[in-house]
Amino acid sequence: MNVDIGATALAGLLGTPALGAVILALVPGYRFSALLNIVFCAVTLASAGALYVYRPEPSLYLLVDDVNTVFLVVGALVGFTTSVFSAGYISHELRTRKLRSKDLRFYHAMYQLLMFAMDLALVANNIGLMWVAIEIATLTTVVMVGIYRTSAALEAAWKYFILGSVGIALALFGTILVYLAAEEHLGQGMVAMAWNRLAENSSTFDPALLNLSFVFLLLGYGTKVGLAPVHAWLPDAHAEGPTPISAVLSGLLLNVALFALLRFKLIMAGNPRVLAPGPMMVTMGLLSLAFAGFMIYRRRDIKRMFAYSSIEHMGIITLAFGLGGPIANFAGLLHMAMHSLTKSAIFFGVGHVAQLEGTQNIADIRGLTRSQPLLGWMLVAGVVAIAGLPPFGVFTSEFLLITSTFARLPWLAVLLVTGLLIAFSALASRLHAVAFGETSKRHALPALCLAPMALNLSLVAVAGIYLPGPVVAWFRHVASQLG
Amino acid sequence: MTPLDADIAHLLAGTMVLVSFLLLYQDRMFGLLNLFALQAGVLALSVGWQAYLQRAPHLFITALIALLFKGIVIPVALRRIVVRLGIHRTIETVVSIGPTMLFGISLVALSIIVMLPVTQSAGAFVREDLAFALSVVLLGFLMMVTRRNAVSQVIGFMSLENGLVLAATGARGMPLVVEISVGFSVLIAFIVVGLFLFRIRERFDTVDLQALDMSRGEAEL
Repeated sequence: MNVDIGATALAGLLGTPALGAVILALVPGYRFSALLNIVFCAVTLASAGALYVYRPEPSLYLLVDDVNTVFLVVGALVGFTTSVFSAGYISHELRTRKLRSKDLRFYHAMYQLLMFAMDLALVANNIGLMWVAIEIATLTTVVMVGIYRTSAALEAAWKYFILGSVGIALALFGTILVYLAAEEHLGQGMVAMAWNRLAENSSTFDPALLNLSFVFLLLGYGTKVGLAPVHAWLPDAHAEGPTPISAVLSGLLLNVALFALLRFKLIMAGNPRVLAPGPMMVTMGLLSLAFAGFMIYRRRDIKRMFAYSSIEHMGIITLAFGLGGPIANFAGLLHMAMHSLTKSAIFFGVGHVAQLEGTQNIADIRGLTRSQPLLGWMLVAGVVAIAGLPPFGVFTSEFLLITSTFARLPWLAVLLVTGLLIAFSALASRLHAVAFGETSKRHALPALCLAPMALNLSLVAVAGIYLPGPVVAWFRHVASQLG
Repeated sequence: MTPLDADIAHLLAGTMVLVSFLLLYQDRMFGLLNLFALQAGVLALSVGWQAYLQRAPHLFITALIALLFKGIVIPVALRRIVVRLGIHRTIETVVSIGPTMLFGISLVALSIIVMLPVTQSAGAFVREDLAFALSVVLLGFLMMVTRRNAVSQVIGFMSLENGLVLAATGARGMPLVVEISVGFSVLIAFIVVGLFLFRIRERFDTVDLQALDMSRGEAEL
């Protein structure tokens, strides 16, 4: 019975966005399609929630387990709030003629296709299918980044396309190597690509082949995660595309790529004779954290600055998962969820700011708390949250990570804290004038437009003050499975 | 499998590496397109040979895609674009040709050193095939890095992808190979040829990515 409900929920999770993409490609009129977009995202969210309770039987192609439900629920939630934000955002873009109504039909269809690809990547049990899904997700975001067709947007899309393709090619090579390692023991065909079978049997695989494959996978999927030194596409893609896409990229796509890496890390963890994947992930995570911290100082474009902040936080999460162990994994999971919610909320705010002020240039944006108090203060709250200050959830996860690191590798904790402080001071110095500077402007913005941002931020605040028992138990359980 | 079978497979895969070097060296647009078509043809032969050896008829589809789509359709379409953009003269490279070739040779050496010991258990046939495939992939990367022109970068990417198809068909019984090759073809067809080149052309009258760097929203200080 429960399995039946699970199967239905899984069908809803994948079918709704797939069908939605087709329907939205056909429906003219942006108001109606924006509404439909929200409805489809809500159904997807409900399906993801149902999958948390009811699990379908795993097959060779699809698998719902404890680990991916966390990513599914967080992803569907961010996807839903972004679709609400997007409805307000695009009507402004249409009024200012930055986009035409023909573009919007394409935009909505691509949005649903992106949701489909990300859900598929998360529930895929087959490592080849997972790769295909991440490729589709990359392609849809490439065309969406280029949707404004300005020279900067085209360059960003081109750069993203080239670097994304290179990353995806590396990941495919790694996937082929994993198949080769598995094929000797599991036999040819689909069985040797089913992730749950690989993870169970990886102790018998050839360790040298697994080592080599993980290097390719780390570089390949690491490109999609935005880890330094293979992050170059990320700031441009975030800055030049439509803001809802920046929110989805940061809040969702980066997580999906990280999830793919985690899947392979678990395969590696099953074999005692392989190189530990942890130190490699810790190194790349730390490098991203430090690098992004310094880069934030010099940004002049507000979206670009928060894009670097995403690199920083993906670095922290990768570091946490690379470190492993129950507490660090717990911190990594919590940080992943908190970062998704906070960063998407910040991008919602920044999207409104850029539309009201007509610029993304930090130097030209002044005194937001006066010109539009509600938006200004919410943006301040978002920045406080992302900088890792209490009472927000990001503080909890960073605190857990730092204490766990101190207990095990004190020197690493010193580096980690230094990196966090650099990023924090950079954000604070850049945003002081934006929030509190002198201005004579006054903007009108309907309070309802800020609802998605308020929802995300209040979830982060609640998580920071009181994390409900069931959520703690859930995350703790998942963390124990991540090894 | 007789030694002759393996020799033929190695000959074909080795030819692909050789063509990759020619691609790296070629600095004229039409020459580049012809060489790419040649590589796609060799890939089709190689995949066809694997399909015959492994008794895997579905791989013939992949071979056919390589031959028709990458060997004929894409080169013809790119030739038209090149003519329309008026860039059929020489193409500049960032690094001079000598160091590039040396670097390419060391990449091939690297892939042999890396792949051969690692795949000890997989049997000689798969091992060398994978080493060749990795060489083609790395040489494709090198080409993408050293070229500034958008069209030659795309050719570099497609040559890289040829290496991936070679690796995937070499791994015996790997599922989804046909699907992946179809996916890659769609990727190339839609994104590259249609969207980007025409839009870039529309905006800048050039496909030189350096010109794009100038128009960037924010210079990295």
